Amino acid sequence: MANQGKIININGPVVKAVHMEGFMVREMVMVGEKKLIGEVISLEKDLGTIQVYEETSGLRMGEEVHGTGMPLCVKLGPGIIGNIFDGIERPLSKIYDSGQKFIPEGIGLISIDESKKWDVRILAKPGDMLDSGDVFAVVQETSMVDHKIMVPPGIKGRVTEVAESGSYNIRQTLVALENQGKKYELAMYQEWPVRKPRPVARRMPIEKLLVTGQRVIDTFFPLAKGGTAAIPGGFGTGKTITQHQLAKWSDADIIVYIGCGERGNEMTEVLEDFPKLKDPRTGKPLMDRTVLIANTSNMPVAAREASIYTGITIAEYFRDMGYNVAIMADSTSRWAEALREIAGRLEEMPAEEGYPAYLASRLAAFYERAGYVKNLNGTEGSITVIGAVSPAGGDFSEPVTQATKRIVGAFLALDRELAYARHFPSINWLSSYSGYVPMLGGWFKENVAPDMMALRVKMLRILQEENKLMDIVKLVGEDVLPDDQRVILEISRIIKMGYLQQNAYHPQDSYVPLSRQYRMLKVIERLYDRAYSCVKNGIPLSKIKDEKLFSDIIMMKYNASDEKPGLFQELEERIDRYYDGLESVYKEGAANES
Amino acid sequence: MKVKYLKLDKAEGPLIVMNEVEGAVYDEIVEIQMPSERRMGKVVQIDRDKVIIQVFQGTSGISLNDVSVSFTGKPMEIPLSPEILGRVFSGIAVPIDGAGEIYSSKYYNINGRPMNPVARLYPRNYIQTGISSIDGLITLIRGQKLPIFSGDGLPHNQVAAQIVRQARISDEEAGKFAVVFAAMGIKHDEADYFRKVFEEAGVMDRVVMFMNLADDPVVERIITPRCALTAAEYLAFECDMHVLVIMTDITSYCEALREISSAREEVPSRKGYPGYLYSDLASLYERAGMLKDSKGSITQIPILTMPNDDITHPVPDLTGYITEGQIVLNRSLYQMGIYPPINVLPSLSRLMKDGIGKEYTREDHPDVANQVFSAYSRVQEIRALAQVIGEDELSETDKKYMEFGRQFEERFAKQDFEEDRDIFKTLDLMWELLAILPEQELTRIDPSLVKKYLRK
Repeated sequence: MANQGKIININGPVVKAVHMEGFMVREMVMVGEKKLIGEVISLEKDLGTIQVYEETSGLRMGEEVHGTGMPLCVKLGPGIIGNIFDGIERPLSKIYDSGQKFIPEGIGLISIDESKKWDVRILAKPGDMLDSGDVFAVVQETSMVDHKIMVPPGIKGRVTEVAESGSYNIRQTLVALENQGKKYELAMYQEWPVRKPRPVARRMPIEKLLVTGQRVIDTFFPLAKGGTAAIPGGFGTGKTITQHQLAKWSDADIIVYIGCGERGNEMTEVLEDFPKLKDPRTGKPLMDRTVLIANTSNMPVAAREASIYTGITIAEYFRDMGYNVAIMADSTSRWAEALREIAGRLEEMPAEEGYPAYLASRLAAFYERAGYVKNLNGTEGSITVIGAVSPAGGDFSEPVTQATKRIVGAFLALDRELAYARHFPSINWLSSYSGYVPMLGGWFKENVAPDMMALRVKMLRILQEENKLMDIVKLVGEDVLPDDQRVILEISRIIKMGYLQQNAYHPQDSYVPLSRQYRMLKVIERLYDRAYSCVKNGIPLSKIKDEKLFSDIIMMKYNASDEKPGLFQELEERIDRYYDGLESVYKEGAANES
Repeated sequence: MKVKYLKLDKAEGPLIVMNEVEGAVYDEIVEIQMPSERRMGKVVQIDRDKVIIQVFQGTSGISLNDVSVSFTGKPMEIPLSPEILGRVFSGIAVPIDGAGEIYSSKYYNINGRPMNPVARLYPRNYIQTGISSIDGLITLIRGQKLPIFSGDGLPHNQVAAQIVRQARISDEEAGKFAVVFAAMGIKHDEADYFRKVFEEAGVMDRVVMFMNLADDPVVERIITPRCALTAAEYLAFECDMHVLVIMTDITSYCEALREISSAREEVPSRKGYPGYLYSDLASLYERAGMLKDSKGSITQIPILTMPNDDITHPVPDLTGYITEGQIVLNRSLYQMGIYPPINVLPSLSRLMKDGIGKEYTREDHPDVANQVFSAYSRVQEIRALAQVIGEDELSETDKKYMEFGRQFEERFAKQDFEEDRDIFKTLDLMWELLAILPEQELTRIDPSLVKKYLRK
């Protein structure tokens, strides 16, 4: 008989029960008559403390707690992609289909669809030796994803029986293995405890760019496949839009999007938009590679704590198939607050700002599940983790931002001043950084252009120079600066308006391939070089700044498209013509004078 | 038969503690019968046979022995029917207008339940408020939650009242319009002001009011918005009405929450507010929205006063993280005589992008709004510079920006309390302002739109 406890203490999502001797820590339990799902977080003699993933209102003293004998697990198999789940992998669309507009408690443990039939192509043959992670069957799950059915970790053996290729649901046995007298029957799904990282063969160095099509990110603060990034920003600075842009346009094979303690309408927006948007590489609907995990801000707080683990476990499962997975968590601050709330109810000793002392180590453990790896089955896969951070009061010195900053490789700081000026994405180019630049140099050289990194440095230097000059301008105005410094200000304005700002809602501008980013930079560089040399030759800035030319360069982002490949060359020729003309006029003038 | 308990162990602040209680239910309502009155409370914590109860009307006057407490076994529920329109209730949904009880067979749990994101309908229809700053730059969308961030002494009540009066719903749906008003800790004169506004606008029979005024019990304040939102959900999703919910003042609500949290000796987080303030506020704000299989909608306009006008204070900060934007009122604009004193730069409507433009307002709206925002933010930089070097020393372009800034505030932001500008008038006004600037400054507008709409 399963273990059975009795509730003696209820405080929000935290419940205590007695007669809990037979339970384990982290065991999944069913609480009360409604069978609310919970997890044991600590045991002391016969007393167990449980966090409950559903609303505890209405729970009665003395109701029973039933053990399941298992830790909190997710089911991994076909049916995940294109779906939306709550924090413990219960499909929200299925709950809605059963007539529930509002999410009730006590719906029990449901997961991916068990009755749906999938077309399975069996790859294994009788007599094959299969090891953990080996692929024995394939299901085309969506137009973009071949779902590879793998031998679960910890199991291996010789194939004794195989089913014919054909139509099966996820529970039916496809392959039977035998190893040293032990028999295993493998179906299409496996279960895995969310808090335990799935094993890999080894970690590999990070050296590939995660192409996002966002200029400021790809060019200046690049993300890497297998890397980690944080996007901190106060409210209204565009965290969610940036995350949505990354989810839409990143060149990952699978996107796991975790809406953790955020707005319900934002998840609805993704649900409405993604099926309509096309992936720029394959032309298929973006929803066909996307998984959504939703724990909106009014859903139970304990499930928020679990949601990021559910998300990353799903990500690891697809990584094991050899895919590049990108996971967006919006926002990790809400997850940290969930930890704080539960810690508070447990009366744990608080550290900084009421957060528990283990905040930093938990965050680190989560981000460390990212990486570029060699899988057990020999394929290579990666998980890139991009976490939004919502610092209280927009103040980056608060504990969650600081703890995150220590762990992540790239830090994309969103700036309230830029957002107020409607400069989007409001990524501050002075306080952001990417630690992946040195590792990606080779990739850029090979895949974009040999001088891409040099261009990047040149542009950043101009922006930095401008920042210093602006301190002076704020005191005395722009007119008193010498012309060679005013050129810096003019070019910076072009970089900011024409390059850094990117309109997520403009069809040409929402996603910009790297080749086009490079050409745009080259145009700006040409303008800078020519204008600067003119200034050095004593030509006044008023002549150098041709309003029409400058504004056309700013607008090139909207006018450039694949149908008009000549635009950049045309602009470069115009720049040359204009400054050649200017220089010859001034040379003549100088010659006449002497 | 219901068990009655006749002895309390502790009464302090808003809480009473009882021992030897059997089978208490978390969050259930208890009835406390005193010699001269009856109070209500709710179970907030259970530890073995010890139960902590939060008393809505406070413990003042309660003795440990002379009471009788009975447990109902149910969370708080209120009866609802279409009859609630035009009625006034206390903060815990007891009718206080003398027009009798609400009779209904249907009782609703005031805590509500989270809306399934799959069941939601993404809000896309804009509401014309007739206020240029809002319609043009911070467009309100039906089903949105858009708070007003204000300060003490600023005219947030007038702005809210003007929105209620002018919010235009297309004619065929006019009969399906309702206002739910939740007052939390506001003064009597403020409550009277709203009542007068509703009467003058002729909508009193479509208003439901839940009143917890400044001198009413503090704990009731926690219940008030939940009763109001339950009524709003009923009207929106069962009666297919478009409901505008005004909740004021959220800051008093949060202070009440803090008071109870500290009475329960919970670990505080920022400024003494409880760690669950975010989740608690979310459980209110997230009840706005629309559903796929329902015709109604809930649009929320919560009002909060920022202590010391500080937008980073936990109450506006956490609110901003949950709501879909904010309308920020500014003291210096108000002192310059500008009504409504909306500072558009920190203000934002997140749902605006999907509810404006060709199919909704006019094709030029997104670009022109973007341009006005960026021009007005440039104005701030130039003003700072002008203060140092003097306006005469500014470049020609910068002088034009200064002029743009002045006219923006005087002609666009400023408008009369009675003035109702339609969306086209607002958009035309924005073009008029942009015409002050040199044309090459208009880098955020599609050139074809500039050609079409810009009149020099």
